[in-house]
Amino acid sequence: MKTVIRPALALLLAMTVIAGFAYPLIVTGIAQVLFPRRANGSLIVEHGRPIGSRLIGQAFSAPRDFWGRPSATLPRPYDALDSGGSNLGPLNPALVAVVRARIAALHAADPGNRARVPVDLVTASASGLDPDISLAAAEYQAGRVARARGLPFATVRAMIAAHAKHRWLGLFGEPRVNVLELNRALDAASTARRGTRPPGAVAGRGAPDG
Amino acid sequence: MTAQATALLVAFLATVLVLVKPLGGYIAVVMEGADHPLRRIGRPLERAIYRVCGVDPDESMGWSSYSIVLLAFNAAGAVLLYALQRTQAWLPLNPQHFANLRPATAFNTAISFVTNTDWQGYSGESAMSDLTQMAGLAVQNFLSAATGLVVAIALIRGFARRETAAIGNCWADLTRATLYVLLPLSLILAIALAATGVIQTLHPDQTVTTLERAHSQVLPMGPVASQEAIKELGTNGGGFFNANSAHPYENPTPLSNFLEMVAIALIPAALTYTFGRLVGDTRQGWAVLATMLILFVGLAALAMSSEQHGNPRLTALGVDAAPSADQPGGNMEGKEARFGIAGSALFATVTTGTSCGAVNSMHDSYLPLGGLVPLFSMMLGEVVLGGVGTGLYSILLFAIVGVFIAGLMIGRTPEYLGKKIEAFEMKMCAIAILVMPVVVLVGTAVAVSVAAGRAGAANPGPHGFSEILYAFTSAGNNNGSAFAGLSADTPFYDVALGIVMWLGRYWPIVAVLAVAGSLAAKKRVPVTPGTLPTHGPTFVILLIGTIVLVGALTFVPALALGPIVEHLRLWGGGR
Repeated sequence: MKTVIRPALALLLAMTVIAGFAYPLIVTGIAQVLFPRRANGSLIVEHGRPIGSRLIGQAFSAPRDFWGRPSATLPRPYDALDSGGSNLGPLNPALVAVVRARIAALHAADPGNRARVPVDLVTASASGLDPDISLAAAEYQAGRVARARGLPFATVRAMIAAHAKHRWLGLFGEPRVNVLELNRALDAASTARRGTRPPGAVAGRGAPDG
Repeated sequence: MTAQATALLVAFLATVLVLVKPLGGYIAVVMEGADHPLRRIGRPLERAIYRVCGVDPDESMGWSSYSIVLLAFNAAGAVLLYALQRTQAWLPLNPQHFANLRPATAFNTAISFVTNTDWQGYSGESAMSDLTQMAGLAVQNFLSAATGLVVAIALIRGFARRETAAIGNCWADLTRATLYVLLPLSLILAIALAATGVIQTLHPDQTVTTLERAHSQVLPMGPVASQEAIKELGTNGGGFFNANSAHPYENPTPLSNFLEMVAIALIPAALTYTFGRLVGDTRQGWAVLATMLILFVGLAALAMSSEQHGNPRLTALGVDAAPSADQPGGNMEGKEARFGIAGSALFATVTTGTSCGAVNSMHDSYLPLGGLVPLFSMMLGEVVLGGVGTGLYSILLFAIVGVFIAGLMIGRTPEYLGKKIEAFEMKMCAIAILVMPVVVLVGTAVAVSVAAGRAGAANPGPHGFSEILYAFTSAGNNNGSAFAGLSADTPFYDVALGIVMWLGRYWPIVAVLAVAGSLAAKKRVPVTPGTLPTHGPTFVILLIGTIVLVGALTFVPALALGPIVEHLRLWGGGR
């Protein structure tokens, strides 16, 4: 037995050094040199401070902003320390109830809009951090956002089109738009037009991290 | 199935098929111990490892020594991983000051990662210290894959060699599989993934202030790309984050999604060529691969078309689930907008047909037939490509059973690749194939019979049963994916699933090595006009029939209680 245990432990130790330490450190070194921005989380930096990541969605619920996918993370939506989905089964009454409530919230924010609601706008994403919505979900909200911001409808639609990502080679991925980038672009356009975000939305931005 | 889904499936298959021959040939060269460019670089390291271990790489072992070495090595890995988790609070590299894990959780996780299952009862963001991740979990990602690979190679040698007791040196096989196959491929994939946006950093977590509500959002950081690469290539599936490959930092773009799917299928597919090459007839390997891919295409098409349906309960509320130029439509609960239906359902089929278990969508929220596909893919015994090594050795067991059945029908002594299949091989094959259904069904039956088991189900009705059945199927097949609503981090599930994972892994491995030893000792019988050819369409049909028959006969009653009754209720208008 001794002839087995000693080599077993020795091989385990050697592989721990090679695969457990050397390998990730080499990959880190290469990635940090070749793609530093991506390797460090694709952060969006404003005035020297990170305000989010291009890849990680944020919660939006004001009528003036595009809303992202519903998020099932706890204790609050888009909590990046609790990634995950709802895991509700297709027949679960709780799924029907929560989707009904989401539709009601969309209707309340935009009473005139009676179009059918794009499915991704009322169903929870898998990660709870989905940064994108479908183009259909953006178009559905365009009227509301234009009214709330006092922007021409055509301007908002043009911004969706400008930020739209389409299927690559007609094959990979889905037609979609990044919600955080779209809302930031709208903020920039609104600022150019008539000042800044309303006071409520501005409070806390630029404050020290909590 | 939409045109885009069909195109994605074709592109996936084409990419994998292009890579099968070069990689399969390379693995054959590596595992034969022959010279190759990487070895010229790695030779000093390889030699140093043998010296540290005090082993002679050229000393070939019989099947029982090979089994003992492999089991001892895996047991040592499990003990070390358990110890790391139970002491991480007192060890270095624990910047978030995570506590030691509970004994049941540590037991489950140790077995889970050593057996290539990577079932995760804990949440990745908030349980494991950096040291446990690196020295424990990440190392086992490599070593468990290497373990599967060397067992497949040993079985191939059983067919290829004649009149010898020796099936190779386990130490040398493990070392070569890790150094020359898994590490270089992981390095390439990790860098490619980092280029798409998968994070790879040693920086601490980033706190940002969000745009609208001025909340702070903590963005978890870590060396993700390096772990992501071996997670897919080694068909491990254990995510850095709780959301696994649905997390944008693990799988940020449609391209990274495609790379990950190809990576999962890559080595299992390539090993079929390695097999053909080493037994001296590549047509044998292609026949096995054709069998796997025919089953795969059927399952993938079913998953993709099922999920493209909208959930009728939601469309009744005024939800638009029709696919169009502006949206994927379909059942988007638990799916990411960038992957849509095609990229999610194909990933689900790849990850469960192989023993990977990484997920980019929540299988628990699939429509009943969409969820049946991952479940049934596992129930077929992980042969629809299968895990690294496990896929090949499992399908070769079915091939042996297939030629045995054919032999009975035509009244000849069954033989496969020139080796007579006799009572000993058949006994070992039966043990290896039947242990999985036994542990899965007995485990499920126990769980639904006791309160501690039933308490775990999150969804009511048949879906709750499906969650429990899925958990034991995943554990028994060393897959690791879940209907994740199940609350699995309880002492009952930790221990029950731990035992199921252990039996589902090592019982078949010892049986396979026994078959390898027995075959290696046999003479090669010459091909005669009465020999059943095992490289043509007839054999492929025979093999598919054997696999589906065994899987279906065993599991259809259980499936009827879960996804099938749920399907009828969803579409039949019942409640």
